Amino acid sequence: MSETQAFVRPTPIGAALSKGAGESARRRLEAVLIPILALLAGLFAFGLFLLAIGKSPVEFYQLVYRGGFGTWFSLQNTMQRAAPLLLTALCVALPAQLGLVVIGGEGAFVLGGLAAAAIGAAMPDAPGLIGMPVMALAGLCAGGVWIGAVGALRHYRGVNETIASLLMAYIAIAFMQHVVEGPLRDPASLNKPSTTPLADQLRIGEIPGMDVHWGFVVGILACLVAGFVLSRTTFGFSARIAGGNARAAAVQGLPVGRLILTFTFAAGAAAGLAGMIEVAAIHGTANASLIAGYGYTGILIAFLARQNPIAIIPMALIIGGIGAAGGLVQRRMDLPDATVLVLQGILFVAILVSETLSGRLLPALGLKTTGEAK
Amino acid sequence: MNADLGLWAVPLAVLGGMLRVSTPFLFVSLGECVTEKSGRINLGLEGTLVFGAMAGYGGAYLTGSPWLGVLAAGLFGVLFGLLHGFLCSLPKVNDIAVGIALMLLGTGLAFFFGKPLIQPAAPMLPAIPLGAWSDVPQVRAALEVSPLFVIGLLIAIALLFVFKRTKIGLVLRMVGDSADAARAMGYPILPVRIGATAFGGFMAGVAGAYLSLYYPGSWNEAISSGQGLIAVALVIFARWNPLACFGAALLFGGAGALGPALQSVGVTEGYYLFYAAPYVLTLLILFFTSSRTKALEGAPRELSITK
Repeated sequence: MSETQAFVRPTPIGAALSKGAGESARRRLEAVLIPILALLAGLFAFGLFLLAIGKSPVEFYQLVYRGGFGTWFSLQNTMQRAAPLLLTALCVALPAQLGLVVIGGEGAFVLGGLAAAAIGAAMPDAPGLIGMPVMALAGLCAGGVWIGAVGALRHYRGVNETIASLLMAYIAIAFMQHVVEGPLRDPASLNKPSTTPLADQLRIGEIPGMDVHWGFVVGILACLVAGFVLSRTTFGFSARIAGGNARAAAVQGLPVGRLILTFTFAAGAAAGLAGMIEVAAIHGTANASLIAGYGYTGILIAFLARQNPIAIIPMALIIGGIGAAGGLVQRRMDLPDATVLVLQGILFVAILVSETLSGRLLPALGLKTTGEAK
Repeated sequence: MNADLGLWAVPLAVLGGMLRVSTPFLFVSLGECVTEKSGRINLGLEGTLVFGAMAGYGGAYLTGSPWLGVLAAGLFGVLFGLLHGFLCSLPKVNDIAVGIALMLLGTGLAFFFGKPLIQPAAPMLPAIPLGAWSDVPQVRAALEVSPLFVIGLLIAIALLFVFKRTKIGLVLRMVGDSADAARAMGYPILPVRIGATAFGGFMAGVAGAYLSLYYPGSWNEAISSGQGLIAVALVIFARWNPLACFGAALLFGGAGALGPALQSVGVTEGYYLFYAAPYVLTLLILFFTSSRTKALEGAPRELSITK
């Protein structure tokens, strides 16, 4: 079914004139309504879960609001947390345009951080304006090659990209731990094996007047650029066709292989850049702290955003905010730290189940499919 | 006490590790094999495995019986399997994506309820001393086999028989190979798939209980290192044949045991690289057995992952 839809899209004349205009308006309305409903349903279901274990959902959500969004301080904390998530979500959303489910962003994130830390440690005297771009490039390339390899495995050998990317994430993490405890270990790091700390001028600073590092701006820009490329350029357009039906795309002469390699490379590059930012802005070195699950949270955000790069921005802020409030909730309500994981899992299920409503929500609500909401 | 075995200690330790490490792979892959035969794939078994490890440990601790723990783990696994099965029966809901979500949810719930279980000690499953004939302690240690390993082998043989010789097996394969044909013959598609996914969940839950109640034999948040996911890839490698799943599980168990075996004779260099061996092996196998142009031999044709 999706095959025919994607195939029809490039011939707008007939479709757009007859029922296409109303159809697209209806689709756009649903695209906003359904995720919001799913989010609310997920929050409600989690509230029931809290009730079942004898905790107050009202108190929980009040604390999440206070700890993640209510004050300027907590809002800045949320933005800080959202920074890497914006980029790791892109690592899922970009290949998704081609119909690929890549879930190994954690590996690209960790390798990007490692590459940036290694390059940075090797040039302690470089001025920031040269050093930081070089580190960013190292992170981009490390992550890009890693996920690009997943794309190559898929395209040239037909290896399933979902499983391959997750296996490669485990390999990347093992490699990082090997390097950090062995060849690149800073002898001064005793309890927590780490690479040599970055020189001060190589650390990413904060946006003037805020307690948020520049990585947040980079993440927002990356989402905006990705959204622009996908919706406004021929390149992005051909990707969506290939995602709808690879065979039809090949018949039309679209370079499916090149699209897959480019998108998976860009996806990994985004996650690798997130790793670089995390190293240069937060840790100052590469060590086991990089394995914090940002890659996996990015999967959730991309699905919540229904793989739309622009929608990733609000979703990353919501999920980042819940994460930022995690500590407060834990202390005040005596809940384990896995509470946030449970909430994330429930939200994830809710958004996937909501897919079943698409095309049926508005008729069910008694609205006409012409898209006019009376 | 330790007899000096020299370098023989390494293959012996790998053999012992193989017998111990392979069991969770075996159970998850047999369960997933049935699920995939019905035309669905459940990537969420990793989450089911972790939850099973927690539930098995908790059940054994509360009842005092490790076998009741195994049963509890299996039953919770069925619940996760049913959840996956029902959600994927809704129109337009993708089984791979639901699997990823349940991986996250299962792990989160296991950590959530497992916090108070990290400290107390639960009764462990017994072992069968197959090496009792030997005087060498290393041989004895290597040949201590869990009853679950033997049960897993028997299930593998039974499944082979069920697939080939019984009506249930035939219906399962038909649903997985051509839903249209099954529908035309009047067999219900969705109940068969939901049942097959529930069976997969049961097996993954038991695999988790093995982890927490036998080897390594404790409950903590790092109990699983992707066994549930590797096992899914392993089914593809085993070409949906239960006996081949058994062989593949042994191979992966051996790969997983290599690092600790070398460590036991004093090789500590590159520990993390040996730790990555099963993942590299899985990837290599996927590389050599996949094909760009044609569907995999023996693959259920309704299976999204091989299309």
